[in-house]
Amino acid sequence: MVVFEKPKALSDAQMHYCPGCTHGIVHRLVAEVIDELGIEGRTIGIAPVGCSVMAYNYFNCDMIEAAHGRAPAVATGVKRSDPENNIVFTYQGDGDLASIGMAETVHAAARNENITIIFINNAIYGMTGGQMAPTSLPGQVTQTSPYGRDTDVCGFPIKVCEMLSTLDGPEYLERVTVNNVKNVKNAKKAIKKAFQNQVDGKGFSLVEVVSSCPTNWGMTPKAALQWIDEKMLPYYPLGVYKDRSAEKEAL
Amino acid sequence: MSDKVLMKGNEAIAEAAIIAGCRHYFGYPITPQTEIAAYMAKKMPKIGGTFLQAESEIAAINMVYGVSSTGKRVMTSSSSPGISLKGEGLSYLAGADLPALVVNVQRGGPGLGGIQPSQSDYFQATKGGAHGDFHMIVLAPSSVQEMADLTVKGFDLADKYRMTTMILADGTMGQMMEPVSLDYEIAAPVEKPWATTGTKMERKHNIVNSLFLAPDELEKTNFERYDRYKKIEETECMYEEYMMEDAEICVTAFGIAARVSKNAINEARKQGIKVGLIRPITLWPFPTAPYKKAAGQVKEIISVELSMGQMIEDVKLATECKVPVTLCNRTGGMIPSPEQVLEAIKNAAKGGTK
Repeated sequence: MVVFEKPKALSDAQMHYCPGCTHGIVHRLVAEVIDELGIEGRTIGIAPVGCSVMAYNYFNCDMIEAAHGRAPAVATGVKRSDPENNIVFTYQGDGDLASIGMAETVHAAARNENITIIFINNAIYGMTGGQMAPTSLPGQVTQTSPYGRDTDVCGFPIKVCEMLSTLDGPEYLERVTVNNVKNVKNAKKAIKKAFQNQVDGKGFSLVEVVSSCPTNWGMTPKAALQWIDEKMLPYYPLGVYKDRSAEKEAL
Repeated sequence: MSDKVLMKGNEAIAEAAIIAGCRHYFGYPITPQTEIAAYMAKKMPKIGGTFLQAESEIAAINMVYGVSSTGKRVMTSSSSPGISLKGEGLSYLAGADLPALVVNVQRGGPGLGGIQPSQSDYFQATKGGAHGDFHMIVLAPSSVQEMADLTVKGFDLADKYRMTTMILADGTMGQMMEPVSLDYEIAAPVEKPWATTGTKMERKHNIVNSLFLAPDELEKTNFERYDRYKKIEETECMYEEYMMEDAEICVTAFGIAARVSKNAINEARKQGIKVGLIRPITLWPFPTAPYKKAAGQVKEIISVELSMGQMIEDVKLATECKVPVTLCNRTGGMIPSPEQVLEAIKNAAKGGTK
């Protein structure tokens, strides 16, 4: 009897992620949601540039590899090519989404583009070896902020959900994390809602997942999960930042 | 539709694209090509198509990348500074072997340059246009009719060879009005089994991708792509020869420069000078055959360009420098006059290569 199996939307390819990295968890949650909604056959995923660049190998749905930061623009094209049928998601890190691709992110949100964005915020550039990200915390030591992020020189981290929530466009914005079982379950709920919104034609849904990078944070996987609680979440509070349908129902 | 209609070059491109089955246009305002976007904004919603004004040229070309990934005909248009911004996307389209039509209605550069006509993006268009080993098919219209014809042809070539076709026009071509016939037989759509249209749970997933971390794999894809390019060079060259049969002097030019040159050639012929024109229509692949022939026939080739001399390098390569090749040019938005070209022809006729 099978008691635990891999989601069907995940491929058999062996993932390249470091031990303790939370990409694997989030990939699984996305795949579970695709399975549960029965949308694999009409889903097209867009991979970013960054650690999850090879996400195109890990999902069984059709996949596209985008240029750095351009995934929301590519997703816009894919969605608009067949809006009735295509379910389109992007999977992007903080450098991709909040630095080089900020314009694409903001404008896709402003247009309420009917797509789903999974945004991995681990406050660092992973693939290139641990440079300062737009979401690196004040004082955070990285390869390019070796004395700690000096906000006088490099400015302050960007809080994506808060910023996008000022726009009239987006349908749904929520920040979650995956550093313990309870939080993983909440993250799953948010990701499912973000896909369900698209199926229902509601529009732009972004789930920010506060994640860990033990390798480039220089921590054990366990210490990294604790660092999320102690350092990341005070700066990036969890919660729903926008839910237009719920707001309408409340009225 | 066999009747002729009076249209601006930019509008002719837009209407021809719609006739060719393009239902997705993404662009960003820039002079002197904005009529294309305006035309699409008006037409697309009425025929079930998509017109979207993107937040940037970068976003526009990536929206093109998205639609093209799903196998549908798609285009964007811009002018010189905007094409530079699209460079990244052009390289990714090439790397992922995606078809697209991109229009460059050139203006003077570098930098913000000016808004008057230019041909100074020749290098950028014909030598790749961005990072990596790749080419685009580059078509150079010389009339409003050709703006339309080459747009239809451009979509077919893009689909056939899974690559970008660029229409390399200039501000004059975009803005001038001429009668156009838009009577086309549209070829049946090409099968695109590689497209990411959703698996329908009926096939293995398709991946549109330009990442190959193993250098031998990347080399292999580049070799394969260049095999395709070789076939294009062998089969798709287009050019016009004008009064070349008995020519002792050859003028060569494309786009608006070719029209100016024809006027000068007609006048020179009246004065008894045997001069002809080679007008490349494909700038990549560059049609070397007529130049090879001319190299054994004429005593000088004059390259007339709206730039500091860019196509002239390909002319020298094609003729293997067997005959003097000189430049007759204006730049920065200025257009050579027929008189200037006539002077260059007369100078050559006197055997007076500078």
